[in-house]
Amino acid sequence: MAEYFLRFTLGQRILHGFLMAGFLGLVATGMPLRYADAPWAVWIAHALGGFRAMGIFHRFFALVLTGLFLTHLGQITHRAWVRRESGLFWGPNSIVPQPRDLREFYETIRWFFGRGSRPIFGRFTYWEKFDYWAVFWGMAIIGTSGYLLWFHSLFSRIFPGWIFNIAFLFHSDEALLAAGFIFTIHFFNSHLRPEKFPMDLVIFTGRVTAEELKRERPAEYAALAESGGLDALRAEPPEPWVWNVSRVIGTLGVAIGLLLFFLIVYAVLTGEGK
Amino acid sequence: MSGHQVAVSLRVFLFLFALFFLVPSADAAPLAKEICLSCHGVPGLEKTRDGKTVSLHVDGETFNRSVHGALGCATCHGDVTRIPHASELKRVDCSACHAAPAKDFVDSVHGKAYQKHLPDARGCSGCHGMHDILPVKNPDSRVYPLNLPRTCGNCHGDSELAKRHNIPVTNAYQLYMDSIHGRALTKSGLLVAANCSSCHGAHRILPALDPESSVNRRNVPATCGQCHAGVLKIFADSVHGAAAKAGNANAPVCNHCHTSHQIRRVEMESWKLDIVQECGSCHAESLRTYRDTFHGQVTALGFTRVARCSDCHGSHDILPASDPASSVSKEKIAVTCRKCHPSASASFAKYDPHADPRSKSRNPALYYFARFMTWLVGGVFVFFGVHTALWFGRTIIEKKRRGPNGTQRREGPGAPWSSAPNGEKRDG
Repeated sequence: MAEYFLRFTLGQRILHGFLMAGFLGLVATGMPLRYADAPWAVWIAHALGGFRAMGIFHRFFALVLTGLFLTHLGQITHRAWVRRESGLFWGPNSIVPQPRDLREFYETIRWFFGRGSRPIFGRFTYWEKFDYWAVFWGMAIIGTSGYLLWFHSLFSRIFPGWIFNIAFLFHSDEALLAAGFIFTIHFFNSHLRPEKFPMDLVIFTGRVTAEELKRERPAEYAALAESGGLDALRAEPPEPWVWNVSRVIGTLGVAIGLLLFFLIVYAVLTGEGK
Repeated sequence: MSGHQVAVSLRVFLFLFALFFLVPSADAAPLAKEICLSCHGVPGLEKTRDGKTVSLHVDGETFNRSVHGALGCATCHGDVTRIPHASELKRVDCSACHAAPAKDFVDSVHGKAYQKHLPDARGCSGCHGMHDILPVKNPDSRVYPLNLPRTCGNCHGDSELAKRHNIPVTNAYQLYMDSIHGRALTKSGLLVAANCSSCHGAHRILPALDPESSVNRRNVPATCGQCHAGVLKIFADSVHGAAAKAGNANAPVCNHCHTSHQIRRVEMESWKLDIVQECGSCHAESLRTYRDTFHGQVTALGFTRVARCSDCHGSHDILPASDPASSVSKEKIAVTCRKCHPSASASFAKYDPHADPRSKSRNPALYYFARFMTWLVGGVFVFFGVHTALWFGRTIIEKKRRGPNGTQRREGPGAPWSSAPNGEKRDG
């Protein structure tokens, strides 16, 4: 029986689950508006019960994401100021970008060209940090502009009307960036690249094998081994049902994401190109 | 020749033979109707002209009921003074009595074709019939308002005929029957509904390109205005009406937006969506910028509960934004927004419903934000696109170097999906 270590807490996995569902829902109910000329967009809008129903679904998913965004901020606050965890905002286990990420990026590029070995990654690689902060930035931009547009009569008392032109542009373009990024780059980096293909289920099971931890994140493993922290993270292997549920959810997520991505590409290629 | 026809011919011959002796060959009184009908009243009487069989039968009762029944035969067929008559009679000349319509007909597109002896061209009888002509007000008349479209449709529902004569509208009848006018006429039986002649006239129908034509672009507003007087009055003061009146060849008149023959109810969803495209056929830039907004995207999806062109600009009363009376002028725009957005203020109305991210002069802030977003989106995709491609290439190379035995599948119940070939193992 292989040795397993906990990588993501149950809370983090649940948040990622809601993030997936909310994000896919938002893309599915938002992109038909951006690509309104595409036949599939007309189909989705009618299938959902019209643009007003589609708008209601969109706002529902927006509330889900807002809720999880606030929950996440609450967790961070709790960990930082109540539990006084050290190294949350800086250090080898922090998700905040720091100088070593630049070095690891440089080493990775050298590795791409066969000019060196892979860097000794820690808990989070630079592309994982980018994933995290891209979502963070996206939430802030898309969320803010979305709420501006949702409550436009209220905000029109504070801001001049042309703010909605800008909010609409940001909302739409940033959404395209987010959808395009998640459905290609994130999918490849985390799931579809040959080492992981077809999927890395750690975000659903929360556990990695000792072997994988040593291979993928040698710096983290070494630090844990040295500090004696490994025992605290030792975990039971995931139950078979956990694997199965994870596969189903993961496959659905990737499949829906790729489908939406191809619909967008189709609309861009056949439409006037936005 | 069938036995029946032989019998008919024989009877006619015997009758004519008898008449030759019985009827004095007097030039005085016109021949009595009964005498003509004694031959022509026989069903099946026919002859061959230019290889075609032509019926010579006249139903006596129908003729008696017709508006001309009292006139007898020789009033129109004046060249028959004695029996037997010449084998070919002259074409009946209606103008002897109906001088004004006949003069109009000569000028018309139908009259010109008739004079050229085109095989499809019809004279008076083409529409009015021959021995069965009834007064226009008679519901059985071919030119009674409720029957007229069918009469015109005999030719103008035939796309082959239209092609032969370069008639631009090949299926006017079918289009008309589906239009608001056609339905009002055929389904509701409204005598006031526009029929063919309401717009085109009756005898002096001219091609639409003729400046004299009632359906020439110069005259269309007045023609429609015969019924739609209120709209005409409003339209005349609008930017389109004024331009059309001034002779601007690009200015739309009624039919450019409403079409000619397939005019639809303006409450119809399909019309509400199509008219946006129609406005855009001249105002292409405005349509493009509209489609980039929420309003334009929702209508593109096929829903009409958001602002369309006419909701802000008006329809027959459109004025340029520079005119203070315009619904989109600086003075009135907020009031217009309030039609849908009850709390819209002057500040709210600073929203640009035709914002153009490409125009630095119209929307400077939007222009720079759009630039920023384009670079951001492009930058991220180019950067990670290259990153991903290089990564993919490297893993393939590493895998090949290790060979097929280099990959070892990991253990256990479960792990297969995340089990990685050891491509990532450091080279040490």
